[in-house]
Amino acid sequence: MKHLPVAGKAITLLFTALFLVACSGSDTKESEEAAAAAAAAAAAASAAEAEASAAATAEQTRLREAAMAVGNVFYFEFDSSTLTMDAQRSLDAHIAALQGSDATVRLEGHTDERGTRDYNMALGERRANSVRDYMVVNGIASYRIETVSYGEEKPVAYGSGESNWAQNRRVELK
Amino acid sequence: MKRLSKVFVATVLLIAALGVRAELVIEITQGVDNPTAIAVVPFGWSGTGTPPEDISAVINSDLNRSGQFEPVDRRDMLGFPRTEDEIFYRDWRALSTEYLLIGRVSATEQMRIEYELFDVTRQVQVAQGVEEGPINEARMLAHRVSDAVYQKLTGIPGAFATRLLYVSVTRVPNGRDYFRLTLADSDGARPIVLLESREPVLAPAWSPDGSEIAYVSFETSRPAIYRQNLVTGAREQLTNFKGLNSSPSWSPDGNTMAMVLSKDGSPDIYLMDMASKRLTRATRHYAIDTEPTWMPDGKSLLFTSDRGGRPQIYRYNLQAGSVERVTFDGNYNARARVAQDGRNVVMVTQRSGEFHIALHDLVTDRVTVLTSTQLDESPSIAPNGSMVLYATKQGDRGILAAVSVDGGVKFRLPAREGDVREPAWSPYMSR
Repeated sequence: MKHLPVAGKAITLLFTALFLVACSGSDTKESEEAAAAAAAAAAAASAAEAEASAAATAEQTRLREAAMAVGNVFYFEFDSSTLTMDAQRSLDAHIAALQGSDATVRLEGHTDERGTRDYNMALGERRANSVRDYMVVNGIASYRIETVSYGEEKPVAYGSGESNWAQNRRVELK
Repeated sequence: MKRLSKVFVATVLLIAALGVRAELVIEITQGVDNPTAIAVVPFGWSGTGTPPEDISAVINSDLNRSGQFEPVDRRDMLGFPRTEDEIFYRDWRALSTEYLLIGRVSATEQMRIEYELFDVTRQVQVAQGVEEGPINEARMLAHRVSDAVYQKLTGIPGAFATRLLYVSVTRVPNGRDYFRLTLADSDGARPIVLLESREPVLAPAWSPDGSEIAYVSFETSRPAIYRQNLVTGAREQLTNFKGLNSSPSWSPDGNTMAMVLSKDGSPDIYLMDMASKRLTRATRHYAIDTEPTWMPDGKSLLFTSDRGGRPQIYRYNLQAGSVERVTFDGNYNARARVAQDGRNVVMVTQRSGEFHIALHDLVTDRVTVLTSTQLDESPSIAPNGSMVLYATKQGDRGILAAVSVDGGVKFRLPAREGDVREPAWSPYMSR
């Protein structure tokens, strides 16, 4: 995930202050006073904004850490692309973190080794799309999400048997 | 006798050299019940120096691998006749030999192989012929002799003078694996790496004349379909769509490529005109449609779809644009490949949780499960329709294996290293 700072609001306020300065009458003294007042206001505003932005950053960091804590891999049942409750809870943490940023994500869909390779390629895409759809429904713009399926080509566990297969049926958020 | 022992040494050395060269090893696990006993006598050599290839060893190994023959061991032979007048039939009858293949090899600029096949019981010549070609194609010339002998004795054209494509993977724990697309002779010899990548390579497919291949590569971090000319080496990226770009399959006339794209939503079958690169959408369904393969007449395609809930084989008629379901037996039938007769379809079928290779007869709708291992996939049928090459697992390793369409002959081709998968048997090569 790529995180961009939340500086938009502070910049907007600063511009408002400057606009007030520019429009505040013809008298030089008055305008100087007004300018001073405006500058003070702007300083106060930017201080408040810095505080708010620091709080927002802290909140964003907290959300990001929460998202990292739940991990970036979501697991699926055999031949299924339905999100499990576990996967939904983990995704909610990522969605909360993404809502405060405009980062883009890549969702990589994977399957276990059972079944044919090209069918699994399609199944992996279905899994990635199912994660994407859940994120879009929950307010993440679809243009921020790229999906790609690797089918069964990139296992994390090489062996056979359910314990390995379960680790491979997954979508990775990157 | 002294000269003979020298031949033996040369033979052993040559076999050892061949072994090192081949990446795949062949282990025959099951042959037919009454194989034909044939003696492939070491061919006479009349060139300078040592022969560049042990021609008769190549033929011997071909016939043995087919499971239809039981070759006589060279060490049991009482003599190495080169011409008809050197044959003592009594010696060969004593070894229960039914047929005897002798020959002579010469090489100047070209290699020339003359061969003669004799019926030991009737003491008559039943076939003879000559193969000529470049010296560096010596093995291919030997495979052509095998093809002729096989056809004479079984009535079916041989498929030894053909080639294989396969994907091998070298695992890198906690790293990115190495994927290699390899071209080899039908016996696994002379492997050539066509593409090496740290990203997945899959779905190799042949053009109908065997001069080009197509495959899917993730080298750009997304899947794309490529074509590559085996003669010139020229490579072209055919697709780069959002979503799936998979399962390239060349039409029998070479003019169209069927493929799977999901650019318009769900995975569907598309047809690309190879001259204009124009795309036509063939299927249109919210389910998964994938793994298209052409019927030999080019009028319809078989493909896998889960539109009925589970993956099954369907048939798409190009002219009518209609779709009909083909398989009903079992709850998972996928990735069909059709024999040149347009009748035998090999596919992956799931039975009691295991994945096997099965044969579906399109005329009788009879399904025969051919394999008994549990993770069998990617069946590819020989151009003569006799054998099916497929991928399976031995322990934790991916290997190639083969089974005859009647299930009677089986052999394995484990690789010396890495996992091997997705075999694609070439069509007959134009000379």
